[in-house]
Amino acid sequence: MGERQIIRVLLAKPGLDGHDRGAKVIARALRDAGMEVIYTGLRQTPEQIAIAVEQEDVDALMLSILSGAHNNIFPRIMEELKNRGINDILVMAGGIIPQEDIPGLKSLGIKEVFGPGTELKRIVKFIKDHFTAGEKS
Amino acid sequence: MLGKKCLEKIAQGFKEWEEITNQQTAKNPEQKSEFETLSELTVKRLYTPVDIDHIDYTEQIGFPGQYPFTRGVQNTMYRGRFWTMRQYAGFGSAEDTNQRFRYLLQQGQTGLSVAFDLPTQIGYDSDHPLALGEVGKVGVAIDSVRDMEVLFSAIPLDHVSTSMTINSPAAILTAMYLALAERDGISFVKLRGTIQNDVLKEYIARGTYIFPPKPAMRITTDILAYCAKNMPQWNSISISGYHMREAGCTAAQEVAFTLADGITYVEAARNAGLEIDDFAPRLSFFFSAHQDFLEEVAKYRAARRLWARIMREKFKAKNPRSWMLRYHVQTAGCSLTAQQPLLNILRTGFEAFSAVLGGCQSLHTNSYDEALALPTEQAAQIALRTQQIIAHETGVTETIDPLAGSYYIEDLTNRIESEAEQYINKVEEMGGVIRAIESGYIQGEISHSAYEYQKKVEAKERIVVGVNKFQIEESSPSGLLKIDMSVGDCQGEKLKKLRSERNSQAVISSLDQLKKAAQKDENLMPLILDAVRAEATLGEICDALREVFGEYIGSVSY
Repeated sequence: MGERQIIRVLLAKPGLDGHDRGAKVIARALRDAGMEVIYTGLRQTPEQIAIAVEQEDVDALMLSILSGAHNNIFPRIMEELKNRGINDILVMAGGIIPQEDIPGLKSLGIKEVFGPGTELKRIVKFIKDHFTAGEKS
Repeated sequence: MLGKKCLEKIAQGFKEWEEITNQQTAKNPEQKSEFETLSELTVKRLYTPVDIDHIDYTEQIGFPGQYPFTRGVQNTMYRGRFWTMRQYAGFGSAEDTNQRFRYLLQQGQTGLSVAFDLPTQIGYDSDHPLALGEVGKVGVAIDSVRDMEVLFSAIPLDHVSTSMTINSPAAILTAMYLALAERDGISFVKLRGTIQNDVLKEYIARGTYIFPPKPAMRITTDILAYCAKNMPQWNSISISGYHMREAGCTAAQEVAFTLADGITYVEAARNAGLEIDDFAPRLSFFFSAHQDFLEEVAKYRAARRLWARIMREKFKAKNPRSWMLRYHVQTAGCSLTAQQPLLNILRTGFEAFSAVLGGCQSLHTNSYDEALALPTEQAAQIALRTQQIIAHETGVTETIDPLAGSYYIEDLTNRIESEAEQYINKVEEMGGVIRAIESGYIQGEISHSAYEYQKKVEAKERIVVGVNKFQIEESSPSGLLKIDMSVGDCQGEKLKKLRSERNSQAVISSLDQLKKAAQKDENLMPLILDAVRAEATLGEICDALREVFGEYIGSVSY
């Protein structure tokens, strides 16, 4: 994050899933918490997400998916980030992701998965705490 | 209307009662300082005849089956026939879904409702790169008429009513259904069902758009025209508010934006040369049944009256059937919780109850495990039984619109109608729905409401049992439905086989003809039907149309 005070977050909707209520609510909450939020809109490929991360020079990436395609698409996203040498951003996920799939996603480098019912304040705190502690990925 | 003296007596009695009650609450306050519906409409402590005395019964409330239809669209409602118990179902392959369809029919559901997977809904074949990981996950994978044949195996199309939740590729799925009917020697006039075919809400809230609005509306009106002429028992569109409600809008917004979409479709159809009374009787609608029980009942009544007024007064439709708002309801998916999931059976039950008391024509009840996955057979069975218990055991179907006359319900019906009308007028002033979508107005209203609701939940001003109050320690859920990744591979194999067996020349030729027609004014349905008969795949037909129409790029605002 360097010397910049404001945390920049990219909120992405990978794959064909069109449910973006959660992503938009989180975008507003992060904005109200003082972060800069860019929303990719729907139908993002892994490549498009990685390009956006690079171009927008974000500190964090949040992936929202409810279609059940996460085990296929998340590894491809992490691969695209790696190929571009993007190793130090905070990556999180949310949506409908079965609990048993979470350890696998965490092993890819996804730091946390926020399921249905997660409080907005918990998500905000998680991100802020991460950058206060000065953690790298 | 009560006499002046009677009203004055009630008003006086109410004033005295309020004074006494306020003395009580000065010492023992009510639980909240403000009481409101889920949609933030103020709710008073008490409603009396004074609140509704100005309502003219015959003009505004009326009789079931008669304008303005506040009390229902049929004269006998559920005394004549229950609503259609129509459970949305679909997952994996056509074989898997066919099995679930037959199970549900066996268990007593009275209509079919097809859920398609995302690649199918967005016009991609199962072997398309963008379909990777998505095949069969949220619905059934349909790549060609062969899959369609398996989907309806042992289900006679002249003995069922089928609803298909498909929008951008609606013409293609309709054509596939027609091709099946043809093969079975069933006349199109015998086919009963509905095609959702509502692209406007895809841009607003659901996301399975393909083409930009102008060509998408052209396809829509082609379908309306074709069905009006060839499929008299088919609902050619299901103008939907459910998804906008799921995206977080209020009850009044749900009515407003849905009816505004309806106005847009009616105008488009008329501009395409259709006579209003030729297609309007087959317009249908689709609403949510959310958690504020009484607000939902009032909402349906308000929607019926408002649409009747729009169709008769604004559009001057002459056929009473053109004034009728006939609708399907789904209980609110967004109300289901992952925590303590069995409680969802109750939520769905109350929501379904409001849909019945509101007078719907068709109903889907969610399963308790649906916050996390598609329903298991057992969960789907309980959801269906919920409807059967309401129909057979609660007694509310013995008489029509039993909550009519309730001081609160009639007042709330009026208020929802009034607020919805204001929104509709605002959208009209902006230049209509498509302009309102382009400017992001409708989407912004919806996400604003969603955020306001979420903030209330965080502040515990809205309680979600098991989530922000009455929580327990829970183990991970087990026994959820899982879709195997092999579905994608299987569909890939089927596609290879299809492509090697069919007459490629016929396919190429039919797609060519389709592209030519797409560049002109011709109705595309007969050409899509030709392509389907030649066994062109869904993806191939959509790609042909993409070549001519281009693709819509979604917005990035929140």
